[in-house]
Amino acid sequence: MNNIYGYGLPVAASTYASKIDFGIWLIHAAMITIFVLWSIFFAYLLIKYRRRPGVPARREEHSGELASLMPDIVVMLFEIGLIVFYAIPVWGKIKMTLPPARDSVLVNVEAEQFAWNVHYPGPDGKFGATKESLIRFSNPIGLDSSDPAAADDVVVANELHLPVGKPALIHLTSLDVIHDFFVPAFRIKQDIVPGMDIPIWITPTRVGHYELACAQLCGFGHSLMRGDVYVQSQADYDAWLKSRAAAKPKTAPATEGF
Amino acid sequence: MTTTAATANPDTHTGITNAKLGVWLFLCSEVMLFATLFTTYIVLRLSATTWPWGWDALNVPLGTLNTAILITSSVTIVMAYARAYDKDLKGFRFWMAATLFLSFAFLVVKGFEYHGEFSKGIWPSTSVFYATYFTLTGLHACHIIGGIIVNSTLLRMSYKKECWEHPLFLGRVEGAGLYWHFVDIVWIFLFPALYLI
Amino acid sequence: MSDAHGAHAHGPTSFWRKYVFSTDHKVIGLQYMITAMVFLMIGFCLMLLMRWQLAWPGAPIPFFGRLFPADLAPNGVMSGEFYNQLGAMHGTIMVFLGIVPFAVGGYGNYVLPLQIGAPDMAFPRLNMASYWLFLVGGVVMLSSFLMPGGAAQSGWTSYPPLAVINPGQTVWLLSMVVIITSSLLGAINFLVTAANMRAPGMTLWRMPVFCWSELVASVLLLLAFPPLEAAAVLELMDRVFHTSFYMPAGLFVLGHPIHVSGGGQPLLWEHLFWFLAHPEVYVLVLPPMGIVAEIIANNTRKPLHGYKTIVWSMIAIGVMSFIVWAHHMFISGMSPALSNFFLVTTMIISVPSVAILTCLIFSLKGGSIRFTTPMLYALAFLPLFGIGGLTGLPLGLTVTDIYLHDTYYVIGHFHFVVVTGSILALLGGTYHWFPKWFGRKMNDTLGKIHFWGSVICMIGVFAPMFPMGLAGASRRLYDPTAQVHNLVVQPLNVVSTVFAYGLFLFQLPFIWNFFHSMFRGEKAEENPWQATTLEWACPSPPPHGNFEKTPHVRRGPYEYSAPGRKTDYWPQGDPA
Repeated sequence: MNNIYGYGLPVAASTYASKIDFGIWLIHAAMITIFVLWSIFFAYLLIKYRRRPGVPARREEHSGELASLMPDIVVMLFEIGLIVFYAIPVWGKIKMTLPPARDSVLVNVEAEQFAWNVHYPGPDGKFGATKESLIRFSNPIGLDSSDPAAADDVVVANELHLPVGKPALIHLTSLDVIHDFFVPAFRIKQDIVPGMDIPIWITPTRVGHYELACAQLCGFGHSLMRGDVYVQSQADYDAWLKSRAAAKPKTAPATEGF
Repeated sequence: MTTTAATANPDTHTGITNAKLGVWLFLCSEVMLFATLFTTYIVLRLSATTWPWGWDALNVPLGTLNTAILITSSVTIVMAYARAYDKDLKGFRFWMAATLFLSFAFLVVKGFEYHGEFSKGIWPSTSVFYATYFTLTGLHACHIIGGIIVNSTLLRMSYKKECWEHPLFLGRVEGAGLYWHFVDIVWIFLFPALYLI
Repeated sequence: MSDAHGAHAHGPTSFWRKYVFSTDHKVIGLQYMITAMVFLMIGFCLMLLMRWQLAWPGAPIPFFGRLFPADLAPNGVMSGEFYNQLGAMHGTIMVFLGIVPFAVGGYGNYVLPLQIGAPDMAFPRLNMASYWLFLVGGVVMLSSFLMPGGAAQSGWTSYPPLAVINPGQTVWLLSMVVIITSSLLGAINFLVTAANMRAPGMTLWRMPVFCWSELVASVLLLLAFPPLEAAAVLELMDRVFHTSFYMPAGLFVLGHPIHVSGGGQPLLWEHLFWFLAHPEVYVLVLPPMGIVAEIIANNTRKPLHGYKTIVWSMIAIGVMSFIVWAHHMFISGMSPALSNFFLVTTMIISVPSVAILTCLIFSLKGGSIRFTTPMLYALAFLPLFGIGGLTGLPLGLTVTDIYLHDTYYVIGHFHFVVVTGSILALLGGTYHWFPKWFGRKMNDTLGKIHFWGSVICMIGVFAPMFPMGLAGASRRLYDPTAQVHNLVVQPLNVVSTVFAYGLFLFQLPFIWNFFHSMFRGEKAEENPWQATTLEWACPSPPPHGNFEKTPHVRRGPYEYSAPGRKTDYWPQGDPA
């Protein structure tokens, strides 16, 4: 993972990463320009109008009110441009639209202190039913093995496998407190609120091994709450899913305690 | 106290005495407090899967009785102010005592109501509805207790000649009256929201 | 100190009534200020401990490590719980017990009545009550470190359900209710004082900018704090009576089901909390802006540029600050459509802020700038607060916030606003008004050492946080090196930490200067800075009752270098 992270933004590995990066760099360019121009003006004022003997302050040397509002007008126009042409459309695309479920990889991610439980529907494409009463350490999401759809489901901890180039529709839920699903390389961040089911989507564009981290304080082990994201070719991904579905014990022991 | 000279000065920029302005500002913040609690009530109710009907869940006759008691007490405190305005010491004491009696009556009725619920095994933790009910009425009851403290202080002060004749005394009664009306109005909103709809 | 004037008017003479349980706004103001400075120092020290862990995770804390109980710091190494306690308490102490009491309780109390020509606050005894409530709340908050379960450890934001299930939060909530009550009483007092107690001739448009800033801040405190008080009561109910205002059904914590009725919403708390906490940011920022305006007008020897623009901008900020709160919640799971509304209001509120800063800079034009110690602080405020403001832009924009939210970028942004903005201005204000408080000046050389050391170290602490945030480093990580993507930027954490220790060292000259000058400093007359506002028209320090006779105000607050006059300043109360 060493060539992925560095000073500056990490590698952009999803379809909308470059859109977010564009905004970040644009704003920073504007910010630095404003700040430098402004600092030059500031330094000029400090030197020119320093106290010198025999030179009194001249109160008539005011620029008009309008001149002092110029920076405001420039900033406002820049902000209006950002909102209308950038923020609202891109936000709508990332957060307010979802890819159709039948063309996407479906994944449920359930966060708990301090782990990620990743639930795939398996080859049949249907999630098995889950029940609160079945939640155990060995069955952290409470998967009901009596449900036929659950037979080929795959549940893994702290590992998210995704095929490259295909949208993934991820439903986020939490078992205990507020967590946050953050994959820096995908530029995706979303709080996971208990009692809510929040969908997000990602289309990975680059095969590789990335990091998934919790970004919302969730308790004493918050910094340890991480996982690995593997973006694979479709063939590798299918092979992985098949091997996991096969490796799974057919019936989960129902009476296991803590 | 040198400072009372400043406070007593009615010649202010706004033409309103400090105490009155202060009470109004305090009521502004109280409005924000109860507005937040009502917002919470609305948000939780709208998102709830089931929400009991007040008639089934709460003791409506006792609630109605309490509403009547509070409305009457609003009248009695206005009477107390009117008597104080006319410098009628006896009348003031009578109506202030009546107000205090009614506020204690409110708390006693409230106590019976709570007791009835506790004896049925109903606690704030029973459901969000009861959590809202106990918290809102409980905070309201705390405000009633605050009003009792203020009103009984005024009643006690009226027994001291220098307090009763103090130029600020009437303003203090007025401030207490404003506060008491606010507590009353909160109940007028609470009662239908929790018991009736 | 004030013996020469102590017998003046009819002030109390016993030590306890005069310096401890005083109703004099000046004594209460100084009590607030010194208490707030102590809390700021405590909050800063908590951060120094955290910075050690951030720079060298897992290394035992030198010297102090062994002093902590074994469950907090086994073998001198900070535990995750302890780190979270320090983090939550650092935020809470700095905001609610440090800067707000310093800026509003301290400066507001001391300076506002003097500037409007009042003999005292409108409700002196209420004023005393709000100080003592604040002190009790603060001490209870600190004592939570000693209680079983320790201090709050769910961040200063206290998001449920974590704050409901974590130990330590009950004391936090209780002391918050006390502190909020104290702030509300204070706010009422300031508003009534400014509305009713102004000297004859002191119209609203003759009030100095500082008074306006306190006025707007008081309105914000008055209207924004009650919702947090209500929210805190509800969270207290959730913790103590196991209600479910913020708790959905079916939660499991570390494998164990939580038995609550459910039906609550964690997002409800976030909305209520930020409804307070965003206006709170402006409470932290507006009074310091007012202080900077005072210092700049005084040291440029000319009127402020756009006095009315500044005041209207402050009012606009106050109004707008009530409808921007959810820009802290773009990725919280609330409806994404709502985000667009808050995006627009957030961009609107930046306009008056830019206007204030522009006016302050344009005020330098045509001036005869004296580089006194307070002026250095005011000047440093301008570019550094500017950095804080500019870096708010990518955070206020929905799309870029997706990535930058909850990273070190946010920490860098608001520390530039609050530390190099508010705290710098508050320190500058201390050098500016110190002669008024004690009748003596602070040492100039030590002041300059303090200034340059502090400014350089502050930049050194907070500037590295921007590249860290861009690299994706999250905040509130007990061990940043546990996450691979933080490893590359970890050296920046070390840089931050080293500068933080430097910042601590550079506060020592200030502390010595403050207390030494209080008794031994160079004597100052009534108006050492040749200033125009009313507080400089009474003796230093002002006696009980402030003015020997009620001043009559005849002109605006900043009549410097008026044409045709011998002196370059024309005090507000001078006869024509």
